[in-house]
Amino acid sequence: MTGPGPGRDSGAPVLGADAVRIEGLRKSFGPNLVLKGIDLSLASHEVICLIGASGSGKSTLLRCVNRLEPIDAGRIILWGQDVTAAGIDQNLVRRQVGIVFQSFNLFPHMTVLRNVTLAPVKALGMPRTEAEDEARALLGRFGLLDRESDYPDRLSGGQQQRVAIVRALAMKPQLMLLDEVTSALDPELVAEVLDVIRELAASGMTMLIATHEMGFAREIASRVCFLEEGLIIEDAPPAELFTDPKDERTQRFLRRIVDAGRL
Amino acid sequence: MDDSTHGQPADPLLVPGTPMMGVGGGQIPGSFASTGRGPRLLGGGGRGATAISTVSTLVVLGALVAIFLLAPGSAEVRHTFFDPRDMWQSFIGNPKKGYYSVGAAIWLNIRMFLVAEVLILVLALVLALIRQSVSPVLFPLRVLGVIYVDIFRGIPLLLVILAIGFGVPALGLPFVSHQALAVYGVVALVLSYSAYVSEVYRAGLNSVHQSQVAAARSLGLSQWSALRYVILPQAVRNIIPPLLNDFISLQKDTALVGVLGAIEANNAAQIYGSTVFNYSSFTVAAILFLILTIPLARFTDHLISRDRRRRLAGALS
Repeated sequence: MTGPGPGRDSGAPVLGADAVRIEGLRKSFGPNLVLKGIDLSLASHEVICLIGASGSGKSTLLRCVNRLEPIDAGRIILWGQDVTAAGIDQNLVRRQVGIVFQSFNLFPHMTVLRNVTLAPVKALGMPRTEAEDEARALLGRFGLLDRESDYPDRLSGGQQQRVAIVRALAMKPQLMLLDEVTSALDPELVAEVLDVIRELAASGMTMLIATHEMGFAREIASRVCFLEEGLIIEDAPPAELFTDPKDERTQRFLRRIVDAGRL
Repeated sequence: MDDSTHGQPADPLLVPGTPMMGVGGGQIPGSFASTGRGPRLLGGGGRGATAISTVSTLVVLGALVAIFLLAPGSAEVRHTFFDPRDMWQSFIGNPKKGYYSVGAAIWLNIRMFLVAEVLILVLALVLALIRQSVSPVLFPLRVLGVIYVDIFRGIPLLLVILAIGFGVPALGLPFVSHQALAVYGVVALVLSYSAYVSEVYRAGLNSVHQSQVAAARSLGLSQWSALRYVILPQAVRNIIPPLLNDFISLQKDTALVGVLGAIEANNAAQIYGSTVFNYSSFTVAAILFLILTIPLARFTDHLISRDRRRRLAGALS
């Protein structure tokens, strides 16, 4: 297989076609059923935000799409290809799907530049100089060029998370999964990371974003999905979901958020 | 550890970052001051503390030397174990008189150590990776790994050396049964130490957080690449001090290979002793082993204290 996306070869993903289609996705950890049948589709260039309380299954859903978690039932179809089918090389799938974690997970023993170039060099076989040139271009785009020789523990949380995003982007993914990427940051560092995501959205990146930043979700998402106990309760454009939620559980969740002063 | 050579007590209290730092040896606020012991404990580097530790060291050493010199059998022991002429004779050796040079024999220990060290690092890593694997296909290998580690950690090294050194030649196999004694010694050392060192590796691998694996795999790196470039470098960094510690002990344990008859330092010393009836040769062997192990021990301490500083710096940032 040469990769799930026609976009990789033609340079532009097919517009209108579903980039991601998730069907009946179920996942449990032991006796604990975390995803109880998720159906969700996402067009190319679309940004969808997943909201919901901690433990509602947002992170697990993202990890399943990236195939970091084996799934129990259902299908995940990326650009028309069922990546949950037998015989699919998960490494090839993951190269098309970038994920950024809440806790950054940079490699602490490598400089920023090495963090970014490791996967292009070792997984794609890109020549090191070329990988470094591309990495510098990305670091420059996100204002990190002067940090390329620093080790992660010398960076602020916001810088680390931006490097983590750059590291994922260096693989030229077709889809980015962002798993509560601002939740571990000090409040004053959240904005710089959100700016990066805004720029990604503006550049047409297809994204699935789990977030607690309701204001940001409202601003950036074309659709917002509210998850509770492993199910998508409501899936609607942000203006609709935030101002006029249909489901009583969504209303209850948003009320709690408003009470906590986060919307 | 490093600091303990200065003979100061309570070194662990001296780590930077404790609330007592920055007071500059002056008055300590709070309950520490009222005990009157705080300032003295903190006097690291102060002239008073150095003087006290010097004096106490001299007193203790002086007492030990006095006991040694005043013991009823002192003169005899000094002659038997510390005779300068015998020490020199055993160091240079004299084949005509039937004894070997301890100074030359230590090279065999060094060579056995160097070869065994490399092989142990490799075999132990393989063992650790097998035991850490999760694939059901590898289950039989995992069981073998557990059995291996249990057996070779459980049997005294001396018995392993004897079993390999006398057993394998007795088998009468081509090639395998016709090796130098030191080769069997090295094999035994590798078998035994790999069991220990694999556990050290395992601790190191476990010390790397699972999220690092997830991050590496999420970028499309294969399991092997993730291990090779992300997990192992971090794991090994975490276990360098315990690894070096095992190697210090390996350096000494090469002496056990002497039981097979290989002319290593300890055996050469023994031969001198039973030929000349003076055991100063053992003192020579002991000094040579110290010359080998002390630099490695100091280096290990250096790495440990550097690591401690780095962790503290990391915790503060």
